[in-house]
Amino acid sequence: MTGLLLAAIFAPIGASIAAVIAGWRRATAILIVLSAVTVLGCGAALGWHVGTGPRFAWGGLLRVDALTVTMLIVIGIVATLATWASIGYVDTELAHGHTDARGAREYGALTAAFLAAMVIALCANNIGVIWVAIEATTVITAFLVGHRRTRGALEATWKYVVICSVGVAVAFLGTVLLYYAAEHAGAPAGAALNLDVLAAHVRGLDPGTTRLAGGLLLIGYGAKAGLFPFHTWLADAHSQAPAPVSALMSGVLLSVAFSTVIRIKPIVDTATGPAFMRSGLLVIGLATLVVAALMLTVTSDIKRMFAYSSMENMGLIAVAAAAGTTLAIAALLLHVLAHGIGKTVLFLAGGQLQAAHNSTAIADITAVLRRSRLIGISLAVGVIVLLGLPPFAMFASELGIVRSLADARLGWVLGAGMLMIAVAFAALARNAGRILLGGGAGAPEIAVPGTVAAALAVGVVASVALGISAGPLTGLFNTAALSVGAAP
Amino acid sequence: MTYETFTVLVDLAAGGLLLAAVLIVWRRDLTAVVRLLAWQGVALAAIPILRGVYDGDRALIGVGVAVLVLRTTVLPRLLARAVGGDAQFHREATPLVNTATSLLVTAVLTLAAFAAARPLVDLQPAASTNAVPAATAVVLIALFVMVTRRHAVSQAAGFLMLDNGIAATAFLLTAGVPLIVELGASLDVLFAVLVIGVLTGRVSHAFGGADLDALQELRD
Repeated sequence: MTGLLLAAIFAPIGASIAAVIAGWRRATAILIVLSAVTVLGCGAALGWHVGTGPRFAWGGLLRVDALTVTMLIVIGIVATLATWASIGYVDTELAHGHTDARGAREYGALTAAFLAAMVIALCANNIGVIWVAIEATTVITAFLVGHRRTRGALEATWKYVVICSVGVAVAFLGTVLLYYAAEHAGAPAGAALNLDVLAAHVRGLDPGTTRLAGGLLLIGYGAKAGLFPFHTWLADAHSQAPAPVSALMSGVLLSVAFSTVIRIKPIVDTATGPAFMRSGLLVIGLATLVVAALMLTVTSDIKRMFAYSSMENMGLIAVAAAAGTTLAIAALLLHVLAHGIGKTVLFLAGGQLQAAHNSTAIADITAVLRRSRLIGISLAVGVIVLLGLPPFAMFASELGIVRSLADARLGWVLGAGMLMIAVAFAALARNAGRILLGGGAGAPEIAVPGTVAAALAVGVVASVALGISAGPLTGLFNTAALSVGAAP
Repeated sequence: MTYETFTVLVDLAAGGLLLAAVLIVWRRDLTAVVRLLAWQGVALAAIPILRGVYDGDRALIGVGVAVLVLRTTVLPRLLARAVGGDAQFHREATPLVNTATSLLVTAVLTLAAFAAARPLVDLQPAASTNAVPAATAVVLIALFVMVTRRHAVSQAAGFLMLDNGIAATAFLLTAGVPLIVELGASLDVLFAVLVIGVLTGRVSHAFGGADLDALQELRD
């Protein structure tokens, strides 16, 4: 098991080093894809090893449970698609002179390092190390967001780095306070930030200090997950980043940051009672839903539309985490996976539209279905996934979240949430209809590099497959929910 | 060192931390702000060194010395380089709130910090925990600086001050987080400041100045 964990961590690190040394070549690009496949494979293989309890490796530094496995699988799938499509993306950028050999090398090294940081954030046992890894993702992705070097990209990078660094610094303050409370509760000094040690001393944690810590951690990691009130970086960064990077950030980075909140919630809940984190998550989640739904109705940019839809889904996920039952957490995880794949397909397709039109304004893009069968179908599938329509998996996950909210007697939340989802649905459906069907003559041809086409096709097939049956994943999601202390 | 001396010195260090924060709010000249940050770094590094000497903990003294080097020379130097040679970038010209009001807000924030840090002090009253509200006040003041200042370097300075406040809270409450976390966190902050420095250069190159009000292109 240690071997599998180390492979998942060191495969992307190795690929990153290879990209630094050898530059952007076909071989290094394929190596990066292979490292993403390794993460997926290790995640799937670890799935056989975990039960309800956590397992430890490498002298207690690493920890794996069903939630880790779930998130590793999400990262693996999204990263495989995104890095595969990156080959076509970078080649096109090089061909058009938007970037040079140095920029391409930077792109390769940073994407692989980004994967490694996310895997470490998921597998670390120490919440301090998790914090270091999450902050590392900010530093690493800064120059990926700004990779296009335009004024817009620079502005987005600035906002992203400053807002996320501040948010994550706030989370560090929360971590320090939790450490203080744990030390006071008798946890050994060197290990007081380890998740298992915290869990063992949870009854002795001071409620006042833990409440402060929980609030700071929620706001801090919420910033990185794109939740209100530090959400303002998200639309800018996701719209300016290269399409495969947007897919990685939207599809997995947000949910990796949020999974930290899910891990910390049971610890805070035991010390302060469940009402505190629940109300915090509800307020933040609903506020995010409202902001995202309203922005979706006014935005006129296709990539910003996808970004606000990610915010909407993170808001829904936060509300589901507030409900906190096994059904809610299992539905939340299915939602994360389905959203990750669907959003990847959308961003990759959107990237090709951007390349064809040299613009992301919705007004410029019409009749896509007639102009390119592949991009059109991918966009259509991605949008239907996001709208939460059957046969795709987000229909099932949203239904699960609705049921769990009803069970948890959160009727008013359910009502408000449904209203916002309906608003978002209408906005997305209207814009997507225009983009896909519409009428327009003389629009430029949409070119699709082979690797992007392949990634899109696989993504669409994966979305459909997940919609038809989540298969053995259902059991994994339930185990994951139990492993983070969800009430049955 | 007796307990009384230790108490006085720790209070002095925490007071110095807060004083530097107030002076940073007061000054608009960026070169002076960077110099004040270095002094704040000295006050911050004094805390682990004092605790190390008092508890006879050599590792903690080592951490304190590392903090001293990082916060008084490396990070301010990176910021000073971002300020650059061009004289027109040396001042925070148009903060959103004027200096007198800013100082009043700082006083209110300090009071709020004392109220918010109450549970932390009550949990384990001691010489070092009693000084925690001062560090919390620095955190709040830093957030205030970041919200109201419009110059790229000012925001970077605010971020460093925020980090100083959080590090001071950590040293006062728990004698520092475990070494692996401390190392990782310092490295992350160093990289974050490096990235912000590079971005400041690119912003002033692309927008013809480091005034962040120019960053208005992305909106709905």
